[in-house]
Amino acid sequence: MRVVVWLTEGTWPACVDAVRTHVPAAGDVVLLHVAEPGVPGLAHGAFAGLLGRGGSEHDPGDRMDELDERSAGALLAAAAERLGRPCTEVERTGRVEREVVAAAEGADLLVLARDGDRTRLGPRSLGPAVRFAVDHAPCPVLLVWPEAAPGLTTIPPPPAHHR
Amino acid sequence: MLAWAVARPRGLPEAALAVPAAGLAIGTGAITLDHARAEAERLGPVVGFLAAVLVLAHFCDVEGLFRACGAWMARWAAGRPVPLLTAVFALASVITAVLSLDATVVLLTPVVFATAARTGVRPKPHVYACTHLSNTASLLLPVSNLTNLLAFMASGLTFSRFAVLMALPWLAAIGAEYVVFRRFFVRDLSAAAPVVPDPGEAPGLPLFALVTVGCTLAGFVVASAAGIEPVWAALAGALVLAGRALLRGKATPLTVVRAAAPAFLAFVLALGIVVRAVVDNGLEDALGHVLPGGSGLPALLGIAALAAVLANLINNLPAVLVLLPLTAPAGPGAVLAVLLGVNIGPNLTYAGSLATLLWRRIVHQHEHGVDLKEFTRLGLVAVPSALGVAVVALWGALRVVGV
Repeated sequence: MRVVVWLTEGTWPACVDAVRTHVPAAGDVVLLHVAEPGVPGLAHGAFAGLLGRGGSEHDPGDRMDELDERSAGALLAAAAERLGRPCTEVERTGRVEREVVAAAEGADLLVLARDGDRTRLGPRSLGPAVRFAVDHAPCPVLLVWPEAAPGLTTIPPPPAHHR
Repeated sequence: MLAWAVARPRGLPEAALAVPAAGLAIGTGAITLDHARAEAERLGPVVGFLAAVLVLAHFCDVEGLFRACGAWMARWAAGRPVPLLTAVFALASVITAVLSLDATVVLLTPVVFATAARTGVRPKPHVYACTHLSNTASLLLPVSNLTNLLAFMASGLTFSRFAVLMALPWLAAIGAEYVVFRRFFVRDLSAAAPVVPDPGEAPGLPLFALVTVGCTLAGFVVASAAGIEPVWAALAGALVLAGRALLRGKATPLTVVRAAAPAFLAFVLALGIVVRAVVDNGLEDALGHVLPGGSGLPALLGIAALAAVLANLINNLPAVLVLLPLTAPAGPGAVLAVLLGVNIGPNLTYAGSLATLLWRRIVHQHEHGVDLKEFTRLGLVAVPSALGVAVVALWGALRVVGV
């Protein structure tokens, strides 16, 4: 059984815990982190907007590209330690939701965490990236709440005209 | 010339073309030698100020100020995205105001990014905050932004009067940005880390750098009250920090000169002369018609909006050089309104207002994959709101404090 676990900043421990609970120990686990290239790009852009500094100051985006790689490595290492089983660590860069779907090709399970408004049950608990991954995943999906799920009372009552 | 400055073929510094272009403008008679000399004399103190502030920021970094900022933010926020955003807003606003927008973009942004990633927070809103605040929070002091220095020299205001008039617009603009950010990034900000990350070791306080910067600020106020050019206070502060680094073997004379960015300073001088040539040759008449007169609220709004649009078309540095001679006769109110426009405006377009044709080139060159739609959507909300409240605040400050 090949399991791809998509880890993001903030919510990754819940995904790792879900694997420990629901995936048999013999499963082949892939820990996946996808970096958005856009964030260092913001700094590249801000620096380019400062007219005349080229050659005099360092482009902060370059430093952030390096940091980006290192922090993804640290997250994956922490996740592997929490998992406590043999696993493969994969780092990808690109449009996050598409990279996740591509990485899930041929897998038997994709594990991911809700990334939207998690104060109530409902469609808004999925952000755009997770929504895309859930809708397009080429395999079964295990969608976890990063923290305890909200109660059923958070569902609004049905509209009055439905009988 | 602007196209070159943006594209920078073979990584040459912008000055490599700007200086010959200025020579050409003088040589062909596009600008008279007298005008060129007057422009150079006007820009001289500006360039000195700029060099001093760049050196000051560089050696604050050497003293560990920005590393300490990262540690403070991490401890204060403890993995919670909203407190981290608040801390970023506070620090980026103060650093931009005191050590200039260069310090925020070049030195603080990577620290914020690293802090967010290390504490398990999605870095996007916080990095966006740095880039936005490097523009929006650069309203307060003449030293915060090169555009301010240019306007400060043209306005005839004292250092303290400038700061007093701009304090309210500065706070209003930052407040507007904060509200916009909280709403725009509500999803990213709700992804809190369920585990409390290790805050790391307690940061050492870079006391010397803080005291020097504090004394420099006090020096600005005292100097302007005593009628001395505040540029001397900046130079003194820069020399103290650079001298300490030299004595402790953390810098060589060469690194001090490099920190002052001589190529950039040459670029500013040359750009000033070229823009003066363009203004002399017809742009003055063309813009003079569009620019609203008077100092009422509608006129200030009009001037600020025009400045913001121009900053997005031709970058804010040339924009301020073009607009200053046109607005200076109308008094400090109009000049400060121009500043609101050119400082807040660049948040509208990626890379702060490049010639539209060139952004693609830059994006492809680095394969950034910045979501331009998102960038522009944020700009379309943040810029008009920040600019609107800032202009109203400026109008209020002008009425209450007077010029």
